[in-house]
Amino acid sequence: MMIHEFFDRFLTIAFCDAAEPWQLGFQDAATPIMQGIIDLHHDILFFLILILVFVLWMLVRALWHFNENTNPIPQRIVHGTTIEIIWTIFPSIILMFIAIPSFALLYSMDEVVVDPAVTIKAIGHQWYWTYEYSDYNRSDEQSLTFDSYMIPEDDLELGQLRLLEVDNRVVVPAQTHLRMIITSADVLHSWAVPSLGVKCDAVPGRLNQTSILIQREGVYYGQCSEICGTNHAFMPIVVEAVNFKDYGTWVSNQLCQQSN
Amino acid sequence: MADVELKTAPADFRFPTTNQTRHCFTRYVEFHKCVNAKGEESDDCMKFAKYYRSLCPGEWVEKWNEQRENGTFPGPL
Repeated sequence: MMIHEFFDRFLTIAFCDAAEPWQLGFQDAATPIMQGIIDLHHDILFFLILILVFVLWMLVRALWHFNENTNPIPQRIVHGTTIEIIWTIFPSIILMFIAIPSFALLYSMDEVVVDPAVTIKAIGHQWYWTYEYSDYNRSDEQSLTFDSYMIPEDDLELGQLRLLEVDNRVVVPAQTHLRMIITSADVLHSWAVPSLGVKCDAVPGRLNQTSILIQREGVYYGQCSEICGTNHAFMPIVVEAVNFKDYGTWVSNQLCQQSN
Repeated sequence: MADVELKTAPADFRFPTTNQTRHCFTRYVEFHKCVNAKGEESDDCMKFAKYYRSLCPGEWVEKWNEQRENGTFPGPL
């Protein structure tokens, strides 16, 4: 209990929802899909390390013993039915252990969400994103639409992230099924947010759908992930997940502003 | 603000895959077929209108509206 208090008082734990310098691992998961990807990665890495150690041992051993003075007479084995069977069956079993969680995740990612609560369209341009929230339209013209440009380095305030901050963030409700429709107005782009485990290509003339369920409130950063010209590196994505009530307030404020 | 219910176009099992282009187009065509059959102000048609507005980018809707006015819309209205 005292240790818990100690941690609470002196060590704040902040989530990693943006790229960190010299980062080695994944950003923290904010959706079930991303958590699934991280868990699969751990499963595979276990077998990967086993295989790596074994292969390295074989390699180093072969190099060590290949010495005219210490081992002048080489082995001349060319067949060995038993060992050939073993080194075929054993890797197949390992592959099966890898395939089971992999297919489980793959098929669960493909599950159709029957009733998303919100649809948000992300349209890629050279070199910014436009977001449309059209669930609240009463006619073809009205729409909650806004552009999202990167904040240039010169305009950053203290504490903001270079090449990641934008002027208008994508505000979404947490704990809600979202449907993202991604497309492009010109060339290929890709809408990617690592913490949410989402990467979806923006193809002109095509609407790509992806579902997200953000489990915790927070601000999540991502970057365009398909080469699209000179400022491909300068059109980031920022998703801000807020509680339901704040989302409602934000939507009504935006609609009021746009109608004025 | 009272408990607002968030609603959007539901998943359509005619279009189960990632590519929803045809879903958006079909909803737009369904709306206009409904309007041609039942008239402009019919409430049943508003359902289709909400669906296509949620799914289709504003630019696409504008372009199709223009095409309908010019008589060059490629869909089965």
